Amino acid sequence: MNTKIMKTNVSTKKNRGQFLRTLKKNKLLIIMCLPAILFFLIFSYLPMPGLYLAFIRFNYAQGIFNSPFVGLENFRFLILSGKLWELTKNTVLYNAAFILIGSSLQVCVAVLLNEIANKRFKKFSQTIMFLPHFISFVLVGLFAYNILSFDFGVLNTFLRSVGLEPVKAYSTPEVWPIIIVVTHLWKSTGYGSIIYFATIMGIDPQIIEASQIDGANVFQKIRFIILPSIRPTFVILLLFSIGSILRGNFQLFYNMVGSSNSMLFETTDIIETFVFRALINNFNFSLGSAVSLYQSVFGFALIMVSNWVVRRIEPDYALF
Amino acid sequence: MIEKNNKLSSKKDSGKVIMTAVSYVFITFFTLACLLPFILMLSSSLTSEKSVIINGFNLWPKEFSTLAYKIIFENPKDILGGYIVTILLTTIGTALGLWIISMTGYALQRKDFAWRNKITYFFYFTTLFSGGLVPYYLLMTKYLGLKDNYLAILLPGLMSPWLIILMRNFMKSIPHSITESAKIDGANDFQIYTKLIMPLAKPALATIGLFLALQYWNEWYNAMLFLSPNVEHRPLQLYLYNVVTQAESIKNSAANSNVPPQDMPNETIKMAVGIIATGPVIIFYPFVQKYFIQGITIGAVKG
Repeated sequence: MNTKIMKTNVSTKKNRGQFLRTLKKNKLLIIMCLPAILFFLIFSYLPMPGLYLAFIRFNYAQGIFNSPFVGLENFRFLILSGKLWELTKNTVLYNAAFILIGSSLQVCVAVLLNEIANKRFKKFSQTIMFLPHFISFVLVGLFAYNILSFDFGVLNTFLRSVGLEPVKAYSTPEVWPIIIVVTHLWKSTGYGSIIYFATIMGIDPQIIEASQIDGANVFQKIRFIILPSIRPTFVILLLFSIGSILRGNFQLFYNMVGSSNSMLFETTDIIETFVFRALINNFNFSLGSAVSLYQSVFGFALIMVSNWVVRRIEPDYALF
Repeated sequence: MIEKNNKLSSKKDSGKVIMTAVSYVFITFFTLACLLPFILMLSSSLTSEKSVIINGFNLWPKEFSTLAYKIIFENPKDILGGYIVTILLTTIGTALGLWIISMTGYALQRKDFAWRNKITYFFYFTTLFSGGLVPYYLLMTKYLGLKDNYLAILLPGLMSPWLIILMRNFMKSIPHSITESAKIDGANDFQIYTKLIMPLAKPALATIGLFLALQYWNEWYNAMLFLSPNVEHRPLQLYLYNVVTQAESIKNSAANSNVPPQDMPNETIKMAVGIIATGPVIIFYPFVQKYFIQGITIGAVKG
């Protein structure tokens, strides 16, 4: 018994000595990291305990600690009203479409770009395809308005000029999944294909030459050399995007749909836009937090699972 | 045998021709699709309002007019204010962010820094779990008191775990022997970073600086959350957003210009403000594109 206490005492002393030695040795390096540590402490870690809001009926004047505790009431409301299910469904389905169609399209663009021999055309088209990544989502929303507006939109200008009925895009919820997916593809495909294109450019040209001497045609070259070379990148990116399938892109949805067009919410409301409206329009801090908590916990579990899968397949690519 | 060879080679050729044709068609189509909205917006901004009301927006101005731009430039207060605020936020945010990110990135790749992995994970964890919007909003408004304060836009964008890790990976290519020999000569870590590492890390600074600058230029989210409509000088994207959604600033211009309100080119002004707010990005973009590509490809390589 006594020896045990003695031992622990000695070991903590040792540990503390070790700790202080490390601190002293790396004093300046730690100081250099301090601004960033403080930054994440304040802006990322400090809000985390704030998710406690999900279990109270928050009253702004009373502050967090004096508001009444209501347990799981917020979650009960969200589940019974079917809201949580609708938000989850929308967020996951949109992300699934973004991931599946998006990554296939990115690979397509990279492979086909590589088949183009004309250097100037290649450079020019790559530049233009990358451009949408550089504009703000506010402008993307304005583009959508320019094309889809009922009274003035380019689409309806065209439809009227050929004698067809103009479409009321902003009051037709069914078409929005297509519009949003297309917009997302438009904005991110050029950006996403860069990584695949760089991988293809990094293939040893001797391998390709050897295959051509052996009589491989273009399709065989793509099928047996190029696609296998980008497969690791593709799989890893796919798995990690599955890990963040519960996270929506607020700026895209909000700028496309707007905050008050409730006609379209059924097909366009995702977790982020719902939380935003709960906070800004209805001041329902607790309801918004409940949804965020659900999103963060399940999202965290998903990332853990997908990282575990990556580690099983390619230990080098695992994040941790 | 000869026949067979001929057959093979002709098959190969036809395959190559098909593939090349498909590539050109597909890439051309996608490139045009990426370019089209920009052209539509530019031509819409140069159309007369009357023609827009009657025919709608078009690929080519039916009736050419620069009235929208004229009105904006006659009352440049809002757009100029937006430019000044955005340029200030971009320069200060980029400089400050670069300084902190490069310092942290250098420290985190030092092999002799015992806690480098612990600290990296401390940053990285914030991408896995977050408090969500509501606690963040409360922190910024109620506890930090940053409502209607430009700091609410400047601070959150300063750094991200991804940029710090990217910087760390960039810095790994600087030989460790430089640090070691400087240490033997008696330089301390901070001196090594400022005098030796910073000059060598120029490409990394350019790439990450551009990532930051683009993010600040397009920043709308925090501005929308924390700046109320009565703030006089709003960042460009927020001003554009207000013009698009409320046409409110257009009414202000109308009050100051000699154009009667019913003749105000509301629709074309939206498009013109869009063009003016995005112009610099499109002009600079071709020159800086390669740094972004460098950043994306290096960021993908796990350190």
